[in-house]
Amino acid sequence: MPTDRPTMDADIVCVGFGPAAGGFLTKLAGALLNPDGSPALESPSMPGMPLQVMCYERADDIGFGVSGIVTNAKSLRESFPDLDPAQIPMAAPVTEEKILYLLDPGGASRRPLSMRAADTAIRALGGVLGVQHEAMELPWTPSFLNKHGGLILSMGQFTQWVGSQVMATGAVQIWPGSPVGEAIIEDQTVAGVRLLDQGVTKDGQPADGFMPGMDVRAPLTVVADGPVGAVGQQLDAHFGVPAGHHLHDWALGMKFVVDLPESCELAAGTVLHTIGYPEPEIFGFLYVHPDRVASLGIFVPSWFDNPARTAYRYLQHWMMHPYLWRHLKGGRLRSWGAKSLQESGRRGEPHLTGDGFARIGEGSGSTNVLTNSGVDEAWATGVQLAEAVIELLKAGKPFTKDNLDATYVTRRRASWLEAEARIAEKARDGFQRGVVPGLIGTMLTGLTKGMFAIPGRPSPPHARVPDPADYYEGRISKQELAAIRKDCDTKGIAASGVLMDRAGWPAIPFDGELLVSHQDALLMGGKVQAPAGYADHVVFLYPNDCEACGSKICVEMCSGQAITPSESGRPVFDREKCIHCGACLWNCAQAHPNNPELARVNFRAGTGGLHSGEN
Amino acid sequence: MYTIIVCGSLVPDPLQTLEPIAGPNGPALKNEMMLPSSLDPWAGHALYEAANLAAKHPGSKVWLVSLGPKAKLQQVMMTVAQKVPFELIALDGPAGGFTDAAETAAALAEAIGAIPGLDLANVLLFGGWESASRGAGATMQLVGERLGITEQFQGVDSLTIGTDGSLRILERVEGGKHQVSVCSAPPAVLGWATGNLPEPRNNPQVGMANMRGIMPALQKAKAAPVGTGDITFASVSLPKQTRATQVIKDQPPEQIAAELVAWIRG
Repeated sequence: MPTDRPTMDADIVCVGFGPAAGGFLTKLAGALLNPDGSPALESPSMPGMPLQVMCYERADDIGFGVSGIVTNAKSLRESFPDLDPAQIPMAAPVTEEKILYLLDPGGASRRPLSMRAADTAIRALGGVLGVQHEAMELPWTPSFLNKHGGLILSMGQFTQWVGSQVMATGAVQIWPGSPVGEAIIEDQTVAGVRLLDQGVTKDGQPADGFMPGMDVRAPLTVVADGPVGAVGQQLDAHFGVPAGHHLHDWALGMKFVVDLPESCELAAGTVLHTIGYPEPEIFGFLYVHPDRVASLGIFVPSWFDNPARTAYRYLQHWMMHPYLWRHLKGGRLRSWGAKSLQESGRRGEPHLTGDGFARIGEGSGSTNVLTNSGVDEAWATGVQLAEAVIELLKAGKPFTKDNLDATYVTRRRASWLEAEARIAEKARDGFQRGVVPGLIGTMLTGLTKGMFAIPGRPSPPHARVPDPADYYEGRISKQELAAIRKDCDTKGIAASGVLMDRAGWPAIPFDGELLVSHQDALLMGGKVQAPAGYADHVVFLYPNDCEACGSKICVEMCSGQAITPSESGRPVFDREKCIHCGACLWNCAQAHPNNPELARVNFRAGTGGLHSGEN
Repeated sequence: MYTIIVCGSLVPDPLQTLEPIAGPNGPALKNEMMLPSSLDPWAGHALYEAANLAAKHPGSKVWLVSLGPKAKLQQVMMTVAQKVPFELIALDGPAGGFTDAAETAAALAEAIGAIPGLDLANVLLFGGWESASRGAGATMQLVGERLGITEQFQGVDSLTIGTDGSLRILERVEGGKHQVSVCSAPPAVLGWATGNLPEPRNNPQVGMANMRGIMPALQKAKAAPVGTGDITFASVSLPKQTRATQVIKDQPPEQIAAELVAWIRG
C-alpha cells in the first residue's frame, strides 16, 4: 500500500477545464510553440524542457459540463477569428430572439397581487397585446439582453471542441477524472495543488488500495474551478474576499436537451427567454440547435423564498406551459443536467490574484447578471490571464501578486468585461424587495446603463429561507405540514412533490419520453456515474442540527435526488447520484456557527457526476 | 519476462446518444469526433491483465496498439495512461464501430509486425474477446492468424503462469463453466472476457510517465487503411432500448425477479 505522497513539479497548474480554462489554454498554447513546432518558452521548473502546463478536471471527460449557452461570442471570435459555427456540433447562429411573459394557466403559481392585477389586464387586452397560448411576446428585446448575431452552443460539445484544439497543439496536458482536492498554501503563497486521495472510505479514511493524491507544485496555480469549486472556496476561506464583496446571490440552472417533435416549427437559432411562470421568480430559456434539437430549462434563484423549492418539478410545469408545450409535445429527452450559477457578479469577485495564483471564470465573479451571459465573459478572463502570463514569462518575472496585478488585473480592469460588469453590478438588487421591483430594477439598470437601479441588500441565502409554516400559511396547516414531512422522511423522499400537489400544481402526466421521473432524468439524460474509492464530497457538518431543521431545503433542491431524508430526519448523501451542481452549498437554512456567510454543509472536491456530452 | 501486446482502442461512451448517419465512406456516427469516448471496456480488461502480468514478471513490457481517430485517442489516453504503464502504437482511423474486422485486423497486424526488434515467438497477444462497438468477436483471431500465432484462446477469464512457464488459461464455455487449457509457452493469443481485475485507480505519476511516450506515438500515427469505402453496408441500426425505472425498497428478490420477467415478456 503506497503511503508516501508523490510530488511532481510543473510550471503552471490549472484547476478545472471549462470556458475560462479553455480561453486560458487556447491563448497560452498558441504562444508555447514556434512556427516550426519547437518550444518557444523553456520550462523554469524543468530546464531544457518546454513549459510544463497541466490542467486537472474533476469530471470523467472534458465534455461533461452543463450550461444553456447563448452568447454574443465577442471574446470567442477574437480567439477564433475564422470561427465557423458548423465546426462545433450543436452550434447555431442566433437568428430570432423573443422575450415572453408567461401567464399562469392553472392558478397554482404564487403571484403577488400586483402581478395578478397585471395578468388580469393583459388577459383583458389580449387581442391588442397579442396574447396567445397564455403568453405575451414583448414587442422588443432590450439591447442589454440582445444576442442577435451571437451563437447558441452546447457547453459539452463546445468544451470537447476546444479541448481537441488545445490538445492537438501538444503544448498542454488536460487530465480528466483528476479532481484537485486543495491548493497547497505555504506562507501565504499558493505553491500548487494536491490531487484528491483515492482508495478511501466515505469519510476519507485510508482503505484498500489507498493512494495519496499527488502534490503538483507549480509557480502559478490558475483557479478555474467554477462557482462551487473546492479550491476557490478554500482560497476565499483563507484569504477572505475583498471588502464589500459577497457570495449571496445564486441560482440553480437546470436544463433538458430535447429532440423536438417533427411538428415543431421553431427554426435553428431561435432564442426564447421567459419570465412569469411557473413561479414569478423563475426564469426560463429555450435555444434551438441545428437538426431539431433544443436546449431548454429554468433558473431557480436564491431569492425565491420557497423552503421547498425544487428545480425538476418546476421545470416540467414550465415545459408544459401552453406556449411552450405546443412546440415540445411529442419530443424526447436526450440529455439533462444542472449547475449552480454565482449571480453576485462583480460583487462576488474574490481576490483575483495572490502570490502564486490567479482566478478566472465564473468563480472569479465574471458572470454578467444583466446581460445573462457568462461563457464569453469567462473565456475573456482566461485569455486576459494568458496574455499576462506570456508577458511575465517572456520578461522572466515571477508570478507574484504584484506582477499578476500589473498584468492580468490591469488588463481585466481596462476591458469591456469590467465596463459591462460595473453596469450590471446593481441590476438585480431590486429582487431583494420582490419580483416586480426586481424586474423593474433590472430594466431600469439596463436602459440607463447602470446609472439607476432599485436598491436592495442581498442577504446570505440561508437568511432568506422561510419557515415552511409561514410559506404555506393559508394553504397547508402546520399539522398537515408536519405529517407530510414525517411521511416523506419515513419514505426517504423529498417533500416538495407532495407540497406542490397540495398547493394546487397538477400531477405530471409521465410519457416516458420527455415527461419522465426525476430518477429517469438522471439515468436517461444525466447518465450519472461515480468512481469508487473516493470520500463523500457533501458533508453535513452538524447532523443534529440538520435533524431538527424545519425546511430540509438541501433535500428539496438537490438536483440529483442525491440528498434524501432518513427516518430520523437527518439528510443522507448518496455520492452515486450527485451531479456536482453544488446547490447544497447554498441551499441550507442554517448559518455556520463561526461564519454567518457560510452554511452548515460542506461541498468539497469530488469525482464523477454527469456523463452526458450534450449539455 | 514477457512481451505483451494489447490490441485495444476507444469506443464512443456507450452512455451517449449514438445515431448512425450515412458518411462519405459508409455509415458513421453522428458527431463522432465530439462524442465523449472511453477505452473499449473489453480491451480495458485485457490491458489491466497485461499490466498485472508484467508487474509480476520484471522486465516484461506492455504495448498498446490502438486504431482510432488520432485526436480522440489523445483524449482517451489522458485517462487510460493514468492507470497502467504501457507504450502506445497509434493508428489513425475511424472507431465508430462500422469498420470491418478483417480490415482492422490487417492494420493491427501490420503495425505489430513493424515493432522494431520484436520477437514474435515470445509474444502474448492480448485483446478484447468482444468489443463495445464491434461485436464480430473475430478481430483478435484474425490478428493472430496474420502474425502466425496459432495458439488462440477466446473468452478468457484467467491466466496463470506455472512454475515451468506454462500458461494455464480459463476460457468461458456454456453454463457458466470454464474450459481449462495449458499452453507450454508463448506465443499465444488471448481474447479476454472480463478477467478478474478491477479497473486500476488513476495514478497521475503513471500518467505522466506514459505521456512522455504517448505524445510522440500520436504524432507518428499513420493513417490506417480501414473504413475507406471498399465495403458496402446494406443497412445499419442500433439496438432498440426500452427503459422503465422504479425506486423500490424492502421488496423481496423473488418479487423483483418476477416483476422483471413480466416486464421483459411485455
